[in-house]
Amino acid sequence: MTAPAPLEVRSLTKRFAVGNALRQAHVHAVDDVSFELRPGRVTALVGESGSGKSTVARLLARLHEATSGAVLFQGSDVLGVHGRRDVLHYRSQVQMIFQDPFGSLNPVKTVRHHVERPLRIHRIVPSSQVEERVYELLRTVGLVPPEDVAAKYPHELSGGQRQRVAIARALAVEPKVVLADEPISMLDVSIRIGILNLMLRLKEERDIAFLYITHDLASARYVADDILVMYAGQVVESGPIEEVLSAPLHPYTRLLLSAAPDPATHLHAKRIEVRKGRASAAVDPPDGCRFVTRCPLAVDVCSHVTPALVEASPQHAARCHVTAPAPSD
Amino acid sequence: MTSLAEKPTTVRTADARLLELRGLGVDYGVGTKAARAVDGVNLTIHEGEILGLAGESGCGKTTIANAVMQLLRPPARITDGSILFQGENLLGKSTEELRRFRWRNVSMVLQSAMNALNPVMRVGDQFVDAMRAHEKIDRKRALVRTGELLELVGIDRRRADAYPHELSGGMRQRVIIAMALALRPELIIMDEPTTALDVVVQREILQQIDALKRDFGFAVLFVTHDLSLLLEFADRIAIMYAGEIVELAPADRLGANPQHPYTQGLLDSFPPLTGPLTRLQGIPGSPPDLRDPPSGCRFNPRCPHCLPDRAALYARQTTERPRLRVIEPGHEVACHLVAEGAA
Repeated sequence: MTAPAPLEVRSLTKRFAVGNALRQAHVHAVDDVSFELRPGRVTALVGESGSGKSTVARLLARLHEATSGAVLFQGSDVLGVHGRRDVLHYRSQVQMIFQDPFGSLNPVKTVRHHVERPLRIHRIVPSSQVEERVYELLRTVGLVPPEDVAAKYPHELSGGQRQRVAIARALAVEPKVVLADEPISMLDVSIRIGILNLMLRLKEERDIAFLYITHDLASARYVADDILVMYAGQVVESGPIEEVLSAPLHPYTRLLLSAAPDPATHLHAKRIEVRKGRASAAVDPPDGCRFVTRCPLAVDVCSHVTPALVEASPQHAARCHVTAPAPSD
Repeated sequence: MTSLAEKPTTVRTADARLLELRGLGVDYGVGTKAARAVDGVNLTIHEGEILGLAGESGCGKTTIANAVMQLLRPPARITDGSILFQGENLLGKSTEELRRFRWRNVSMVLQSAMNALNPVMRVGDQFVDAMRAHEKIDRKRALVRTGELLELVGIDRRRADAYPHELSGGMRQRVIIAMALALRPELIIMDEPTTALDVVVQREILQQIDALKRDFGFAVLFVTHDLSLLLEFADRIAIMYAGEIVELAPADRLGANPQHPYTQGLLDSFPPLTGPLTRLQGIPGSPPDLRDPPSGCRFNPRCPHCLPDRAALYARQTTERPRLRVIEPGHEVACHLVAEGAA
């Protein structure tokens, strides 16, 4: 069970500079985030808009430069790597799927082109086998008959089919890690499950380590093994997903759970009352818990001391002075 | 007026009919290339109820909302049926009559409503404009009322001085809801009003709409793709597929006992947040091209119960269009299986 983590994230931090030369300030978009992605496991990264979850994915895909922290891929730090070849190698192992299947495909190129390109660039198979491999990939993601689909242009496909093309393209390079940033949120309800089932199958058959970024707790529960909950740039709770969702520690996780629609409950069911506020990252936040102004459990210490991520039970950690106090408190 | 069955119009109970669509048909385009976006829809909204209208993109739900507001523009046009508001047909009304009807009787909140505010006008002035377009009210009194409306939706009245960009997405959406309430309409049409918002904000806004509805007694036509939301929020739910209503039932009944295979498939597309997890199947395939819909039941190519080995039923499913029929008071389904008692 203790397979080595292909991707290990340590104290990853990203600050975006705002303001001008006289008044420098920084948005703490991602603050001290650590986690591991393991083969054959889906890790859900959940949070509201602006909480920093997409920035994490972009840092991992090296679309942004991190301010500090480390990303270890099979043991070696990738953030310091700048050589074209090394970056190419890393990118071939860590692939990304985006939210918008309409924007991520080139409208004037066929499906074949999209899936074939990574095969050629990364020299995955000899030229003579490229065509065969394209069909195989399309079959894997459920696009049949592959000969017909390969000849189509993106506008001839539905949203769900396009997202499957994007997934086939990501799989072409045989990645160890796939970062999926809200892959179903723009799709129609009835085809979302198909994409989630595809992710589950790929995780099982290909032992891929998935990072599934979403704001939807129910779909996270459906596909993920582990969960990270982000609030204002920090991970506020992490652990095995069933445990976190059935016994949430952080008041923000509780709030998210009580706000999510669940056909089993009713609108008038007792919901957590919370003061209004924003989950988005703050400009130079003061010390203290970032949820304090909205928290129903807040005590004195919460407004002065930033809580650490404390393991309250094996693997289940939270950043809260009240529900997960540090042993020395 | 001679019919004995005519309901007395003076009775204003919770069951009174506020809006009635009768055989509504809407086409996009003309001739052989026309797509029939709404096909023979009958739907009634009673006073003070929340009616949910659910379905996938392109099923015609937004077209219905726009038809009620008489906002359809070519190539869209209403080809059949009537839209009765408090017994009066809206089709054929003059532009001026419609102008007065909109907002005063029916107002609308859209998905991107938060972008519907004029970015270079203060929020308060936009309220004043809207109110003065419909009634004689001086600016000062209109501003006072704006403050009251903003507080109704949980926004500080001083925010009337703010420009839209100074408010968050959730606040702008609340401003729009407050505006929709400004003239005390009998019906508010909400087309995916919370889809662009985060779950926590969405929950707050839904609770607010629910509370306001209790105080003011307006009815809501709530259009969304999110059936799980409607199950909690709506009184009744209509499920649309390819331009038709395929099932209509009280929300709790629809959730507990869905009859149409499409409704069942939709419900099977939402993973549960609590309770046991099983592999869900969703619905295979995709919605039909409305320029050339399948013959018979429009859902037949995707329906798990439409199989050639049951020849007689299969023939009906693929050639005869199922009509909505009442299977229990308040619960209607358009499906050959249900008619045969086989579901």
